[in-house]
Amino acid sequence: MNKNKEQLLNKRYKAEKRFRLYGQSAIFMALLFLTIFIFKIFSTGYSAFQKTWLIVPVTFDAELMMLEQNPSKEDLKDADYYDIALKSMADLDPNANEDQENELKRMVSYFFEREIKRELLNDPSLIGKTKDVYLTASDDLDQVFKGNYPRDLPEDQRRVTDYQLKIFDQLVELGKVESKFNLSFFTYPDSREAELAGIASSFMGSIFSILVCLMIAFPVAVLAAIYLEEFAPKNRFTDFIEVNINNLAAVPSIVFGLLGLGILLAVFQLPRSTPLVGGITLSLMTLPTIIIACRASLKAVPPSIREAALAMGASKMQTTMHHTVPLSMPGTLSGTIIGLAQALGETAPLILIGMVAFVNTIPGSPLDPAASLPVQIYIWAESAERGFVEKVSACIMVLLGFLIIMNLFAQIIRHKFEKKWS
Amino acid sequence: MNLILFIFIVLLGFTSYYFGRRKAYTIQSTNKRLTALPQFYGYYLAIWCAIPAFIIFSLWAIFEPTIVKLLILSDYSNQGYLDDELNLIYEKTKALSRRQFTGEITPFIEASAEKYLSLRSIAQSSKAVIVLSIIIASVAYAYKKISSNSRTREPVEKFLKAVLFTASLAAILTTVGIVFSLIFQTIDFFKVIPLFDFVFGTHWYPAKAFVRDSSEALDPTMYSDTFGAVPIFAGTFFIAFIAMCVAIPIGLMSGIYLAEYASVKVRQYAKPLIEILAGIPTVVYGFFAALTVGPFLKEIGNSMGLDVSAESALAAGGVMGIMIIPFISSLSDDVITSVPQSLRDGSYAMGATKSETIKKVIFPAALPGIVGSILLGVSRAIGETMIVVMASGLAANLTLNPLESTSTITAQIVVILIGDQAFGDPKTQAAFALGMSLFLVTLCLNIVALRVVKKYREKYE
Repeated sequence: MNKNKEQLLNKRYKAEKRFRLYGQSAIFMALLFLTIFIFKIFSTGYSAFQKTWLIVPVTFDAELMMLEQNPSKEDLKDADYYDIALKSMADLDPNANEDQENELKRMVSYFFEREIKRELLNDPSLIGKTKDVYLTASDDLDQVFKGNYPRDLPEDQRRVTDYQLKIFDQLVELGKVESKFNLSFFTYPDSREAELAGIASSFMGSIFSILVCLMIAFPVAVLAAIYLEEFAPKNRFTDFIEVNINNLAAVPSIVFGLLGLGILLAVFQLPRSTPLVGGITLSLMTLPTIIIACRASLKAVPPSIREAALAMGASKMQTTMHHTVPLSMPGTLSGTIIGLAQALGETAPLILIGMVAFVNTIPGSPLDPAASLPVQIYIWAESAERGFVEKVSACIMVLLGFLIIMNLFAQIIRHKFEKKWS
Repeated sequence: MNLILFIFIVLLGFTSYYFGRRKAYTIQSTNKRLTALPQFYGYYLAIWCAIPAFIIFSLWAIFEPTIVKLLILSDYSNQGYLDDELNLIYEKTKALSRRQFTGEITPFIEASAEKYLSLRSIAQSSKAVIVLSIIIASVAYAYKKISSNSRTREPVEKFLKAVLFTASLAAILTTVGIVFSLIFQTIDFFKVIPLFDFVFGTHWYPAKAFVRDSSEALDPTMYSDTFGAVPIFAGTFFIAFIAMCVAIPIGLMSGIYLAEYASVKVRQYAKPLIEILAGIPTVVYGFFAALTVGPFLKEIGNSMGLDVSAESALAAGGVMGIMIIPFISSLSDDVITSVPQSLRDGSYAMGATKSETIKKVIFPAALPGIVGSILLGVSRAIGETMIVVMASGLAANLTLNPLESTSTITAQIVVILIGDQAFGDPKTQAAFALGMSLFLVTLCLNIVALRVVKKYREKYE
């Protein structure tokens, strides 16, 4: 009998241990996912911050450039750089036939002409001389140099030919291939060529959308929250508004995209693909988040503050505007930043209002067509070229960096400025 | 022109604030008692200056184009033009007046363009005159009120309250906007496709319904058996089901562990770390699912001799589940923490172990809240877009095999609406009909979930 009891107890203790283990492994799993996730993004993305350059000797032959004696600055700008660019690539292998010269040309980006031009414009005295110029390597060679490209595939399955690889290896041996920080990733707009694609256009698109979103959502949400928390009578209509807000907070984001498409674009005829429409759509999504945060922090202001102000003869409006609202601002602001961070990561509604269009200019105002960072991730993730994989991860790193900064900022505001009432 | 007028009104508003306040000080200096603080005199004057002007200004901006159009087209009435032709004439007129017209210029249109320009300039100048006279009239009225030292605080506060109230209508307006944007397209869609075919049809090939020319007569037989949404609905719930299979056990167990077992220190670090998962944008999950999880599952499947699609429902659903873990874990954590300590103490006193207490006492007590959090998670899974678009297939297969690819409501909406759309095309309308069903389903889930959570909270407070 006694033994039976002990067995039972042991069994119960074992069950206890098992249950605990389940809990621990659940937490472990969740954290494991997070780690794998971050590791995967970083390990595929960090190489995009480096860019491979070929150092090619270029002879600035005045005759080939169609330049006269003592050319002016304007002449230099209008000169023909294509021929010397082509010639300097062809000179890498003096014995190259025509096909091979073509392959040589494709070892660098199609910007090579511009890069050579920039070199000469910086130093016009180079005419007639030969200088080593840094040329952006083609995307495929870039991947080869970074070790992301399987070289042992049969030739007809790769985009780099054996001949290109041979010349490239020679250049590597001569130390004529260099890897430097990829500044153009941050300053160039999107491009069909992976080696020239940058996030400048989508970054500006994101900034404009978020600004529009902030300018609409913040005032409306704060005013609405003040009304609902401080002035609204308790009646059916107020309840209805509240139900609406709570529901809007849980409506799938794509439905807001349909709203933007069906109302903003179709009825109000606002321009497609612009951060203006994107920002308005996002602001409708962010509205409930900010209202809820602002109401919570208004609620946290103790009634004694209001009563003190009222006792001093302030009107209800003065009490609210001079005392309650300023005291609630830290909570409201951190809620707003978190809402904006959500809006910054939103993709689906922006796709529906046409912000997926290929934009290769940097937008200068909210009325210019643009993409946004998450949409850029989507666009690049859908392209087949190998070079875009690391670009996507790098873009994700930039986006996550912004989200982390925004969330930290929200935390700091909350902890530094929020008064603790006890 | 509009911008100048706008800035002018704003500037006048600011100036009148200072005038109003100064007036209050002069009244004060005559030893009269003010009825409110001096700045209220300023606000009063500023509101009277700017608000009527703005109202007129915006009404004008809204109605001017319509009225101008009516005036221009009145020349063409009684000539038997159709509405479309009249619109075309108006567009031509406008283009010509901007010197952007490239087609053949008829004397009629040239005359209209001239009339258009003159009408516009009359409109502009009369707008400026009317707005300015409104400002003068209302400021004069308000200034007289101030001078006679009548009440200013009450009207100002009433106005502010009206502004606050208007802002709170934004939520209702958004909901109305959502319903409006969906309902008309949806109704048009069901005029062409019978509701029955949509709800019970099992073939979904919207690409078949591509309309080459919008003037082409809509032939309903052409669309029969193209818009059967059953595979889509099935795929949506199937992927959501897979997601919940991942999210419920992990989310719930980690919620329980954090609430009941974890030391303060573990909780302090583990909780925010898990919540990071909720802050990662969904497009990032989508990329992760498409680049890593999909191929990984395919490789595993191949090594076991299974035929796994690289865009399997399992990959999309699994990654979606990871995304939902933090929602379930933090919500159930909250619910469990709010179960009163007395229930635990009672159970421990009876000799129950911790896990027995959790399973037999706390879990049943917290069940409504947990169910609510799971329902919210399901609603999120159904509405999730980017993971499915990027990691799951785009062809709607009716299948229950998690290793094959399926499609969802959200993915189909994106597929149909990406790029240029023609409104009036049943394919575009189908996307709105799908959006409507998505909205209704998530709305029901949300209402039920919020009810359940709210009801439960009231019980213990």
